[in-house]
Amino acid sequence: MAVIKAKGFYDTFDRSGTPTRDTHYCPGCGHGIIHKLLCEAMADMGIQDRTVIVNPIGCAVFGYYYWDVGNVGAAHGRAQSVATAINRTRPDSIVISYQGDGDLAAIGFNATFQAANRGEHVATFFVNNSTYGMTGGQMAPTTLLGQKTKTTPFGRAADHEGYPLCVCEALNQLKAPVYIARVSVADTKRIMEAKKAIRKALEIQVQKKGFAFVEILSPCPTNLGLDPLKAAQWEIEQSEQIFPLGTFRDISAEAESRKDPEPKPTPSEFFGGGTDVKAPEPDYAFGTKHIKIAGFGGQGILSLGLAIAEAARYSARYSSWFPSYGPEQRGGSSSCNVIVSGTPIGSPDAPQPDVLVCMNRPSYDRFAKDVPKGGVILCDATVEITEQPPEGVKLFMMPSLKLATEFGVPKATNTVMLAALAHLGVTGLATEQLLNALDDSFKKKPKLIPINRDIFQKAYAWCEANWKA
Amino acid sequence: MDDKGNGSPALPRPVFNEDHCKGCGRCVAACPRKVLRIKDTLNVRGVNPAEYVGEGCIGCAICFYNCPEPYAIQVHKPEKK
Repeated sequence: MAVIKAKGFYDTFDRSGTPTRDTHYCPGCGHGIIHKLLCEAMADMGIQDRTVIVNPIGCAVFGYYYWDVGNVGAAHGRAQSVATAINRTRPDSIVISYQGDGDLAAIGFNATFQAANRGEHVATFFVNNSTYGMTGGQMAPTTLLGQKTKTTPFGRAADHEGYPLCVCEALNQLKAPVYIARVSVADTKRIMEAKKAIRKALEIQVQKKGFAFVEILSPCPTNLGLDPLKAAQWEIEQSEQIFPLGTFRDISAEAESRKDPEPKPTPSEFFGGGTDVKAPEPDYAFGTKHIKIAGFGGQGILSLGLAIAEAARYSARYSSWFPSYGPEQRGGSSSCNVIVSGTPIGSPDAPQPDVLVCMNRPSYDRFAKDVPKGGVILCDATVEITEQPPEGVKLFMMPSLKLATEFGVPKATNTVMLAALAHLGVTGLATEQLLNALDDSFKKKPKLIPINRDIFQKAYAWCEANWKA
Repeated sequence: MDDKGNGSPALPRPVFNEDHCKGCGRCVAACPRKVLRIKDTLNVRGVNPAEYVGEGCIGCAICFYNCPEPYAIQVHKPEKK
């Protein structure tokens, strides 16, 4: 005796303490039929063990109690984003998103549209019952004109609530989707068509061909206020007028299967500096240096910070670089926070910097008071000091613009400041590493490397001559 | 074999788990041979469940696919020889 029975479901549904074998859906709800078709297809294709269904918010929120696959619950409307993440981190998995009209067509429409546009490898099942079922029958984007709901008690009016949103037609504007179809579960003939469409969408995932979208018209007897048979009839007579059934697109035969992704570069390779840089090891004795560099945009504030952070990386220290600047590329105020540490860094911000580099007066006025006792302020000599630094803070004046101009490159004030920092030894980094980082910052303009090295050495010599150790 | 034909090895038949039936009536409406009906008595959840009249089933499984409940209906069919 052959037995035709539900496949792909858990044996019992452990929903509320006592295991049951029935769903939470109302009598006559289309969800149960769709669940059966989907689970049967997954079981027949033998893909349950590598399938992840992203469960929505809505009536199908409890799907994970029923279908015997890997399950993830997504925040309202974010199923496509979660599905994207799963698809990208686990490229071998079959990713399914099962969503209703509130989750997919309202709060999640943009996520869906963008995922479809990116051609994510997701089989999306969109259950359209033209109402918000779980919350009690409010208007959905897919509610028909004239349809009475809790929030459209006189019927949906186009001039007030707009028109029903036809998602298949909208997605069909995009290039990437491989398969777009609208089916129904209102009667046997339609259920058999739905069965085929659901299998097709899953096959496209097995073959790794791209985004497949199946909209399923599903009766909601409870919120339509009709008995199950009349609700199914309503889907056929009313809903299909606005949401015609059919296959909108099927390019699965021509679509190419996804190739295995190329190995990605490591962060070291990506950011430059080669692969020979050692990963940092915790060194508690080194402590943490908070450095803030401030001035106006165009003074090389950010690149000076970056050079220090890079030097720290070459020295196998933990480092972070956190810029802060206005929308203007040049001339606005600009600052960056650099942290060089012997231990992993929590926050990249330096609200109380041990070392403050001020390239202009507003920076001094703004940040000098934040430097704690024992800190160092390095200031360009052009800055007029009206207020002395806090007690216990050493102030060094560096004629960086004057020196840089003397050395022939007025723009190289930041190189002069880097030399001053090296001389003061406040970064805890070896001068050689700071020079290496300086070279690295000019790797796109190699002829500037010897010039800046020269400026660095001269500025360093100036510090030795003018500052007492 | 009981008096409704349930249990006959030779004939196709639907097997209802009446406690899981919510009485929506979709199987009764969809059955092409009209051999299902809604019972007069209530099940444990307090609805009138569907049942097989006892003969005439052709094993098409249309009732199974129209039923929204996973475990309310099974269709037993003799193996083809």
